[in-house]
Amino acid sequence: MPRRVVRRTRSSITPETQAQIPIKVKINGVEYSHTVEPRLLLVHYIRDLVGLTGTHVGCDTSHCGACTVLVKGLWGDDWLAVKSCTVLAAQVDGKEVLTIEGLAKNGELHPLQRAFWENHGLQCGFCTPGMIMAALGLLLRNPNPTREEIKWGISGNLCRCTGYVNIIKSIEAAAKEMREKGVTV
Amino acid sequence: MYPRKFEYIAPNRVEDVLRLLRKYRDEAKILAGGHSLLPMMKLRIIGPNVLIDLKNLRDKLAYIRDSGRVVRLGALTTHAEIEQSNTLRRDIPLLPEVASLIGDMQVRNLGTVGGSLAHCDPAGDWAVAMLALDSSVAIQGERRRVIPISRFLKGPFTTALRPTELLTEITIPKPPKGHGWSWKKFERKAGDFATVNVAAVVIPDRRGTVKKASIAVGAVSPVAYRASAAEIMLRGKRPDSELLRRAAEAAAEPASPISDLRGSAEYKKWLTTVMVKRALEEALNRAGISVEVSKHA
Ligand SMILES: Cc1cc2nc3c(=O)[nH]c(=O)nc-3n(C[C@H](O)[C@H](O)[C@H](O)COP(=O)(O)OP(=O)(O)OC[C@H]3O[C@@H](n4cnc5c(N)ncnc54)[C@H](O)[C@@H]3O)c2cc1C
Ligand code: FES
Ligand code: FES
Repeated sequence: MPRRVVRRTRSSITPETQAQIPIKVKINGVEYSHTVEPRLLLVHYIRDLVGLTGTHVGCDTSHCGACTVLVKGLWGDDWLAVKSCTVLAAQVDGKEVLTIEGLAKNGELHPLQRAFWENHGLQCGFCTPGMIMAALGLLLRNPNPTREEIKWGISGNLCRCTGYVNIIKSIEAAAKEMREKGVTV
Repeated sequence: MYPRKFEYIAPNRVEDVLRLLRKYRDEAKILAGGHSLLPMMKLRIIGPNVLIDLKNLRDKLAYIRDSGRVVRLGALTTHAEIEQSNTLRRDIPLLPEVASLIGDMQVRNLGTVGGSLAHCDPAGDWAVAMLALDSSVAIQGERRRVIPISRFLKGPFTTALRPTELLTEITIPKPPKGHGWSWKKFERKAGDFATVNVAAVVIPDRRGTVKKASIAVGAVSPVAYRASAAEIMLRGKRPDSELLRRAAEAAAEPASPISDLRGSAEYKKWLTTVMVKRALEEALNRAGISVEVSKHA
């Protein structure tokens, strides 16, 4: 990357562009509206303004996947796993977001959450929300992945504890249950 | 990490994007998938005053269109869409293969082919693939111009785009049925940028010799390049392993890698010959041309 800092020139900005923008985002089925600075990152929006702290910040440089959430409507109509530290809150204005808090329904864990629990898919748990959301993004696209496809699917998510073996087992178990019971998000 | 303050707009029409680019020029940056731009803004390597988000132009600028002898890709087509395209798997299988090895699933979900070409990272993957396929790009400014990719890529992070122009489309001629292809991306770990990346396309003739070979090399020079000397060596030949070795050396000749965390310059130069050789072997094999082991090898 070029080590060049662009010096700020005197700006010719007129009210056409916005320094504060009103955004409406549906997160886990609930509508939120806030006025935010365009530079606010989605992960900070979710954690600091909406108050959902299940989505974690690990590296803050798009590498670890701890901040993974699903977004719908940004690029097409499918749920897509994205790294929320590398998305602006402004980009998801008018769109839907799903975080780890949105998975359990009526007090019942989502099959992915239960599979991680039952297969020891976590130790410290820091990577887990991002890992589960990435796994969900993968399974929505490919409900019956091979072990190799699972490994590739979560290659953007780092875990410092488990060594991944039990994470992969968990995802395999959840995929099976989701297929059998027809569970999606 | 926060980017510097900036103002934001997400126009609904291409004309509005162009008008805003003319108004703000160097002060503004286009936001496509954001997966090169936002990391740089967070690290404060760049700090545009205005961000023009293309998110509302998906209808117009994201498509994979089969136009007979060519395939057209809208600039906003994502890596993931290319990875999953049946049209491309059938007609230009090199492209889905390249897409599938970019970054990770989350990066591929948002990153776009146009953004990658416009960004022109010397280690980026699309420039290499598009060079090998003789693609061209459509650029929209006050008027529209179409130029070959080789004239679009100018240097590290530098393209033929003017500050007032938008990259709108990439046109890729379909290689003939029965062509051989290969994508060799050497990465230290899953999801990393390439240490060296090589694309090869081999078109056989009916006698089982090479009618045309295209070889493009990335990550080991300021901008991706075509290994023309090696291509000429292979033309009209039924290569043996000795010729492949010499062609691979010729292909690495223009490389001027820098020593960095991915390896020393010397290592990368050597690695380039290895990867070109493997790419050629695979592409020839897929083209149905068998490589004889020569006595010297
Ligand atoms: C963790 C990680 C891993 C990655 N790994 C790889 C990899 O292995 N291989 C690889 O090739 N890339 C990799 N990338 C980069 C990724 O492919 C980016 O998506 C891509 O380089 C930029 O595309 P974008 O749509 O995100 O563009 P943006 O980041 O939005 O834009 C990039 C630049 O291009 C300009 N721009 C974008 N679209 C246009 C347009 N239509 N017209 C004119 N200018 C435009 C922007 O103004 C900006 O300057 C990685 C990125 C990350 C974060
Ligand atoms: S915090 Fe690590 S990828 Fe977002
Ligand atoms: S369980 Fe600790 S980082 Fe994954």
